[in-house]
Amino acid sequence: MATKVVMEALSPTMEEGRLVKWLKNEGDAVKSGEAIAEVETDKAIMELVARADGILRKRVLGEGTAAPVGQLVGVIAGKDENIDALLGGAGAPAAGAAAQPNASAQAAPAEQVVAQSKETTGASSIPRNAAQAQGEASTPPQQKAGAATAPPQAPPPSQPAAGAQPQQGAPTNGGRARSSPLARRLASERGIDLGAMQGSGPGGRIVKRDIEAAASAPAQPVAQRQAAAPRAAGAGDFEDVALTQIRKTIAKRLSESIGPIPTFYLTAEFDLSRTAELRTAMAEMGDEFKVSFNDIVLKGVATALAQHPEVNAHWLGDKIRYHHRVHLGMAVATDDGLIVPVIFDADQKRMSDISREAKELAKRARERKLKPEEYTGSTFSVSNLGMFGIDQFTAIINPPEAGILAIGAIEDKQVVIGGEPQVRKRLRVTMSCDHRVVDGAVGAKFLQTLRRLIENPLMLVY
Amino acid sequence: MASFDVIFLGGGPAGYVGAIRCGQLGLSTLVIEREALGGTCVIWGCIPAKALLEAASIATKVSKAAEFGVNVGDVKLDFGVAMKRSRAVSTQNSKGVEFLFKKYKVTWIKGEGRVVTPAKGKPATSVAVKTAEGKDETHEAKKAIVISTGSRVKGLPQAGLELNKTTVISSDQALILEKAPKSIAIVGAGAVGCEFADVFNAFGSKVTVIEVLPNILPLEDADCSVELTKAFKKRKIDVLTGAKLGNVKVGKDNVSMTVETGGAKQELTVDVVLVAAGRAPNVDTIGAKEAGVQLTERGFIKINEKMETNVKGIYAIGDVAGPPMLAHKGQREGYVLAEQIAGQHPHPVNYGNIPNATYCHPEVASIGLTEQQCKEQKLDYKVGKFLFSNNGRARTSGELEGFVKIIRGAKYGEVLGAHIIGAHATELIHELAVARENEYTVEEIDLAVHAHPTLAEAVAEAALDSMGKMIHA
Repeated sequence: MATKVVMEALSPTMEEGRLVKWLKNEGDAVKSGEAIAEVETDKAIMELVARADGILRKRVLGEGTAAPVGQLVGVIAGKDENIDALLGGAGAPAAGAAAQPNASAQAAPAEQVVAQSKETTGASSIPRNAAQAQGEASTPPQQKAGAATAPPQAPPPSQPAAGAQPQQGAPTNGGRARSSPLARRLASERGIDLGAMQGSGPGGRIVKRDIEAAASAPAQPVAQRQAAAPRAAGAGDFEDVALTQIRKTIAKRLSESIGPIPTFYLTAEFDLSRTAELRTAMAEMGDEFKVSFNDIVLKGVATALAQHPEVNAHWLGDKIRYHHRVHLGMAVATDDGLIVPVIFDADQKRMSDISREAKELAKRARERKLKPEEYTGSTFSVSNLGMFGIDQFTAIINPPEAGILAIGAIEDKQVVIGGEPQVRKRLRVTMSCDHRVVDGAVGAKFLQTLRRLIENPLMLVY
Repeated sequence: MASFDVIFLGGGPAGYVGAIRCGQLGLSTLVIEREALGGTCVIWGCIPAKALLEAASIATKVSKAAEFGVNVGDVKLDFGVAMKRSRAVSTQNSKGVEFLFKKYKVTWIKGEGRVVTPAKGKPATSVAVKTAEGKDETHEAKKAIVISTGSRVKGLPQAGLELNKTTVISSDQALILEKAPKSIAIVGAGAVGCEFADVFNAFGSKVTVIEVLPNILPLEDADCSVELTKAFKKRKIDVLTGAKLGNVKVGKDNVSMTVETGGAKQELTVDVVLVAAGRAPNVDTIGAKEAGVQLTERGFIKINEKMETNVKGIYAIGDVAGPPMLAHKGQREGYVLAEQIAGQHPHPVNYGNIPNATYCHPEVASIGLTEQQCKEQKLDYKVGKFLFSNNGRARTSGELEGFVKIIRGAKYGEVLGAHIIGAHATELIHELAVARENEYTVEEIDLAVHAHPTLAEAVAEAALDSMGKMIHA
């Protein structure tokens, strides 16, 4: 049976792939599971693997050419089998991507998706393990194929009996979604994108009940983080939450406004009087008990993140991944540039462990001795330029993370406490937030928790 | 025995519209109707009553004609003539339905039908008919048996008001009286009661309206009830609300009773009592119960959203399938069901958007929620109201009573409910029916330019008022 080879979504962010090299010639026999081409994604070079036995009859896509996800790349068929029907659809995006659900309406008399891929190169983005691959390998190809062959949402080409009301499809009129004035008002208030909706009114018109249905689609609750996460990576380390319409619209609108990551900044000034006391007290107990302000802040951030999984998250394009474990990235300046080693499970570690690990990672970073798995997989990052005398600054988010905290210098400042001017140690932090994931109030609540921890450092041992 | 796709039991508004639509869609269709096509609506309800109300309206207008510079001399009112004209209109309309049946090849058998109880677990497929000539026939329904037998007046025996067709009558007899009674008490001040109050008042009867609930037109917005009460009292119609009847004595030439309102008792003796409360669904003689068709607690046939009963093959529409007992509700059900039986996918009946209309003077019409219901549902709403006394067109015709009241959602401006009392209210309501069906907000109602001078401007002004932007007040 003739089968299509299509460009697959090899990462959640991949919209197109460049065919680097064909590994098989037209007329070569291929076996299911055999690599037939190399494809460059936005992250790595991947192999496109045949999933049907047969002859590679046609290489539709030329080497060095990019194709959108879902587009026909080649055809595998029997030696003399007629493949004209399949080639007729060449050029038009076929099934394969969840983003193109209607494409499978152009049903060909053949299996739709036959290529799977496996990552071969691209060490820079190799994750620590499969489960932390940030969506890369989390969806088995079998499932992708299943999704691609799911029933089409578009109506079948043959129309039902005359006079029947089309209940689905074609909700647009000249490109604009047909909708009632009330539905438009409800949608604009709730941030629902009408363009992405099917209406249930006459001729597919979007009416109030459609908006209500969309708005009441269950918002996935962020599961409570378990108190003692197992050290080994597991399936429960994170939770993928499908994007609600409001989330999609926020993402789209804000991205258009500010760039790929719609960032906003929250600045807060913390009082470090008690932290300073703690540090002094510990230093008096001996050199081995010395901790830096930075260590305390790292511990504070890790603890706060554990309490705010809504900030400890990754933006994955079509979903948000809320991590149940806190892997704290710390930006380290080296002669070559910036690198962000990771303190894994930072919230579970004692301050002394964090202190030791931070020092060790910074040292090895400067010596360029970090292994790839030591600088990938962070769920949130911290950048500290306080030692350079920077009062405050904004840090750039390390995607797909949803936020980064920029830590400035600790200064003695005159502040008013209880109506009296006093000199206090003060620290300014600025959090950069990806607005697609973190809304203003969410980020602010996180900083509120962090302030409580940093200003009352005994909370960190609670 | 003949075979049809669909058999309707009852040729009233629900049945005849359903049957015509079936005919249009190519289904072979039989309607069994014992009286005349058109049912209660055409024969004993809407149509003849409106013909009488038109007579009443002319009588009222003529009484004021001199103000307009039209002297008509001595006015003589003859209820009998008005009644005969009303019957003629009714017959014409019924003939109209007969003509449409012929046009769309719908068969009518005059007689009474009965569902033949199907074997256990089998769908019902046949109907036994006793024709008007006394023949017994059985006919097969291949696709559906539709019960559209309607409802009937039932009197108030529990209040001592058993219908006797002379001194205690129903609307059926009221429509064929040869002359207006000297005095009449109308028990039940719903649409029927208020309409007959209007008619008999215009034809010179001493009318007393008695309603057990605190308001006349109790289902309408209280503002409309109050306004109508004012208008009735102005015309010397006695309105007794929150009333309790007692000591009813039905005599040969009159009826006497005690009416208690707010603690005060009064004796009332009238020539005729018109019982305008209580209708019963016609379910007893049609074989429905025998076939196992389930009824609701109130005795209506229980249907689902596809108008199916619990017995496969049997559907029910119109009054017999439950309130609101309105012709236009039954007609829509008939239409939708016909398309459904023909295999189409019609939009379901929107039971939340069925207008109410009462044709007394001033007319009362409404759609959607009353203000009371908005309060009960704790909706955040705003009210816009415009008086016809501020409307240019109303001033030209001297019909200054009433208002348009629009209740809109405070946040989005959707029309939660609309209530009109005044001349032609029953025509004006449909702008708001369209608005609600299309989910327009008060803003769209205002944006549509309304011609000047028209009564419809009052609708636009009420919409404006709900936004705090009224012009002519």
